[in-house]
Formats: sequence, C-alpha cells, structure tokens
Amino acid sequence: MEKTWNNKAWFLVLPMLVLVAFSAVIPLMTVVNYSVQDTFGNNVFFWAGTEWFEDLLASDRFWEAMVRNLIFSFIILAIEVPLGIFIALNMPKKGWGVPVCLVLMALPLLIPWNVVGTIWQVFGRNDIGLLGYYVNAFGIDYNYVQDPFDAWVTVIIMDVWHWTSLVVLLCYAGLVSIPDAFYQAAKIDGASRWAVFRYIQLPKMQRVLLIAVLLRFMDSFMIYTEPFVVTGGGPGNSTTFLSIDLVKTALGQFDLGPAAAMSLVYFLIILLLSWVFYTVMTNYDAER
Amino acid sequence: MNLDFSWMAWTWPTAAFFIVIALMLCGMGVWEYVSPGGNPRVGVLRFETTRGDRLFVSLLGSAFIHLAWLGLVGPNLWWALALSVVYAIGVFRYV
Repeated sequence: MEKTWNNKAWFLVLPMLVLVAFSAVIPLMTVVNYSVQDTFGNNVFFWAGTEWFEDLLASDRFWEAMVRNLIFSFIILAIEVPLGIFIALNMPKKGWGVPVCLVLMALPLLIPWNVVGTIWQVFGRNDIGLLGYYVNAFGIDYNYVQDPFDAWVTVIIMDVWHWTSLVVLLCYAGLVSIPDAFYQAAKIDGASRWAVFRYIQLPKMQRVLLIAVLLRFMDSFMIYTEPFVVTGGGPGNSTTFLSIDLVKTALGQFDLGPAAAMSLVYFLIILLLSWVFYTVMTNYDAER
Repeated sequence: MNLDFSWMAWTWPTAAFFIVIALMLCGMGVWEYVSPGGNPRVGVLRFETTRGDRLFVSLLGSAFIHLAWLGLVGPNLWWALALSVVYAIGVFRYV
C-alpha cells in the first residue's frame, strides 16, 4: 500500500480528542482507580485490590439485574423492530400524509426521558391515571406499584411508545431510498406482496435495521430514567435494571469502589456487544 | 494555578496499567508509521481485521479472561495475565 505522506489533517481531530479526553477518558481512568480502592469521602482512599470485582462476580443482586436487563432488551427488540417495520411499510410514501406522519412519529422522540416517565407514572395510576383507571374499570386487576408483572408491562409499553418511532423513521428512510425500478421489475414478474417485502424491501432495509437494533439494544441495556421515574426499580427489585442498581450503589449507598467495579464490568459488556454489532454492520457493507 | 488531581485517586498499579496501554498505543502508532495500511487480512474469524482491530480484540478478550479467572478461579491474576498474553499472541497471529 502507498505510504501516506501528509498527516497534517490529524491536527483537525485534536479539539475532538481533547473533548473526548475530558468527557470520557479521564472519568474512565478515575473509575478504574476507584474500582480497586475504598473511600469514606474527603479524597481519602484505601487499597482494596480486586475485592470489589470478586464481590460483584459472586453477587446474586448483580446477576439478577443483568438477567432482568437482558430480558428487557430482548422483549423490547422483539416488539419494537417488527412493529417499526410494520408501521414504516404502511406509512404514505407521497402526498400530505408524509409530513404529518413524520411529525407524529418524531413527537415521542422529542420528549425528555424523565417527562416520559412522569407521563406514564400518572397515566398508569389506578386512581387518577387514564390507563390505570379504565383497565381496572374493565375488571382487570392492574396496579404497577404493587404487582411486578404490571410494573414490567408498564415499563415495556412505555418504552415501546417512546422508541418505536426511531425504528419506524429508520426503516422509512430505508424504504424511500429503494428506486421505483425494483418495484416495477417485481410487478412485471408478478411478485406477491410478501415476495416484494422478502426480496426487495427487507434486504434494502437491512443496514438501517442493523443500526436500529444496535441503537435500541444499547439504549435499552442502559435504560435508567424512565423505569426509575415510573417504578423506582420496584416493586421489590423487579424492575431494578443494571443502571438503576449502579446508581443505588454509587449514590444511594455511596459505595464508590463496588459501584466503580460494577461500572467497568457493565462498560466491558456494552463494549463487547457494540463491537459485535459494529463488526456485523461493517462486514455487511464490505460484502455489498 | 494549582491543579489538584487527588480526586482521581491514582495508585501505582493503576498508573502502570494505563502507562502500558499508552505505550501499546504509541507502539501501534510507530508500527503504522513504519508499515502503513494497518496490514488488513482475513483470519479465522472470516472477516477482515487490521492490526488495530487485533489489538482491540486482544485487550477486550484479556479483560474478560481476567474477570472469568477472578470469578471462577481466584484473586491471583498472574496466570490470567499469562493466559491473556498467549491469547493476544494467538489473536495477532491468526485473527
């Protein structure tokens, strides 16, 4: 390969490197430092070695939160991706309906996470909430404050309401980029609606779908604000996901050492999964 | 100006860890300067990797090797380190 002689363009990256250093590298170094020490405040630290990591790996609380998080992410993907594709396929491709649908789809994405949590916290209450009140009025015993199943249903529906739009918009972008010639060829061949979806639309959406899956997995795996506002991690620990558990440990109990160890393990898992998704996406590009 | 970094709680072992990582990155920079292009190739994973990818896979895998050793065997991590070195050599040779 030809040698690159001019590397001056790297100077243009310097401001971003400085920004990343202050926003990510230095905090990450600090977390690594905290993870092998204990502190009672006042910047006084005691060496603890690998103790926090050993405790964490033997902790049922951590693994239970991890399993809850994985189940949550799996359910979210299983609902949001097919639903997003279905809505995108049925959205208008031309006319006044396009901007209307796009704005309606974008609305949930514009609402801050804590506001979404508050909306659903009130919405689901069985005394004053529209949803909770009428679900109970129909004879279904629904109370997300006391029943773990109801809490899960509420958190999942809330996430689906909040984030399916993202999948829809990504899929829609993939769909409108398909040239008409593909559809005309399919029509000449007498392809069924299913065949058009299976052999034209789905392959053309594959790249945006991978991005959607990556974004939704990462986000659902790191979810904090919405379930924290709605259920506070309860009833019991039934909706305590990894991030909620982490904040409880770090800020609730002020156990900075164990929280730092947990952060690092959490970070490594996210890093591994991101790398797997990134590799799949880039190799798909290369194959094309 | 008095910069106080005591809140970062530096220790010699963690400083050594980051120095080793920084040296690895510098080494990769020098390697790239001497032999530009990243030496892309398709290995046992059946997709193209550059030497930067191979370093990343080595470091990430080593982190999980250490965690697995800590959880399954015990707190003496020297063997985990040795295993990680072997793993990294394998990655650079075959991935």
